Amino acid sequence: MRYAMAVDTLRCVGCSDCVVACQTENDVPIGHCRDWIVEKTTGTYPELQLEIRSERCNHCANAPCVRTCPTEASHYAEGGIVLVEESECIGCKACITSCPYDARFIHPEGYVDKCTFCIHRVEKGQNPACVSVCPTHAMIFGDLDDPNSDISRAMATRKWKSLIPEAGTDPKVFYLI
Amino acid sequence: MIEEIITSGRMNPEIDPILHVWGWEIPFYLFLGGISAGILIFSAYFTLRGRQDELPVAVKWMPLAVPFLIGIGLIALLMDLSHVLYFWQLFTNIRWESPMSWGAWTLGIIMPLSIAWIATWIEDIFPKWDWKFDEVKTAIDWLKDYRRYLAQILILLSVILGMYTGILLSAFNARPFWNTSILGPLFLTSGLSASAALVSFFSKSEVEKRLFTRIDIILIGIELFMIVHLFMGHLAGTQVHIQAAQMFLGGAFTVPFWVFVVGLGLLLPVVLEILELKHKFIPAIVPVVLIVAGNLMLRFIVVNAGQASRWLY
Repeated sequence: MRYAMAVDTLRCVGCSDCVVACQTENDVPIGHCRDWIVEKTTGTYPELQLEIRSERCNHCANAPCVRTCPTEASHYAEGGIVLVEESECIGCKACITSCPYDARFIHPEGYVDKCTFCIHRVEKGQNPACVSVCPTHAMIFGDLDDPNSDISRAMATRKWKSLIPEAGTDPKVFYLI
Repeated sequence: MIEEIITSGRMNPEIDPILHVWGWEIPFYLFLGGISAGILIFSAYFTLRGRQDELPVAVKWMPLAVPFLIGIGLIALLMDLSHVLYFWQLFTNIRWESPMSWGAWTLGIIMPLSIAWIATWIEDIFPKWDWKFDEVKTAIDWLKDYRRYLAQILILLSVILGMYTGILLSAFNARPFWNTSILGPLFLTSGLSASAALVSFFSKSEVEKRLFTRIDIILIGIELFMIVHLFMGHLAGTQVHIQAAQMFLGGAFTVPFWVFVVGLGLLLPVVLEILELKHKFIPAIVPVVLIVAGNLMLRFIVVNAGQASRWLY
């Protein structure tokens, strides 16, 4: 089991529904976010290119946050999902500085918080909240080890990229381009 | 011309727009840890060389400061933890890959060992010292028999402590400026240099003063060499490493680093120390203050610059 997510940049319109769904589902404290929208414009007017991405923790297979955590609070859960165990986190912030995507933040209660791929929903066979609400069906979640899963099919038939693969993190969130 | 505009809905406090999760606590602790490591290395090394009576400040007096320096450093570290009530989790786990874990364990072992080290010297420093309880005196006398082994362990642990203050940062490949293994040796050398300067300042013996001034000059030379190599490495690296180096070569950190750390913290004191060795009159406090301040500033600048450097995507 290797959970992964693919975001179709040709479908994403940047409506932020995924961000709101995450905040509601996971009770993310006001002023913080576990997922966010990046709009990247390249070129000089009128020759412009626009890419819109819904971003979050990349649930890296070689996660620097897990490596640098001194207490095993940051760990790999089933399917390679990277999680933080609140009661083991001391708030040293080594994981935050080690993340090239800046995907983690300090919860107002002191521990470090981030996207969980909605593991509590995934365990029940549901999609993460952001994927379920996406109005353009731009996001796909599933198991890379299953060749017939939607995500494996999409990755096999579409061009895709991941973010800063040169950082050596082996990210598990992909962007269809 | 290609313009690239990135807008993001993310504004997490202390993360955006520029990462700043580590404030004054971490560089201040790195500074105290470096000096403590330097003091213990000199003390243990010259004990092994049998020069304890010739170099009393370096061997016997300076270690008295170590438990206090490490203690203050630990308080700073605890103040940095945002989930501080769970700090004991550091000592229920051993994580080989985490520099933070190495640091916690090294500190946990070096703190009692440095106190034991002082205890073996305390009767030399204060001849009227009385341990009050015979059991304590017997234990300390037993320790004295094993002083050589204690010194060897202390050197090993102190080198780990001094190096780790830099490795802690260089283990983060997400922050290109830190991502160079030379930070470990650089911080170790700079900690040794500050403690050598402190020994030559506090010493009353001409032999000890001159020896430690000479040691300090060599250490500063090595430090300058490593700083040049730090930038050579970055400039020969990838785009993000080049951009990280440029923060110091025209960017925001240029003046604080080259004027205060390199100019006032390394070059000026090394010139003053050379003049001192040539028997010119230099007020002893001037080079030591410059070196210690430069040491502190180096760590503040490196910690802040690392957090300001990042991958672009």
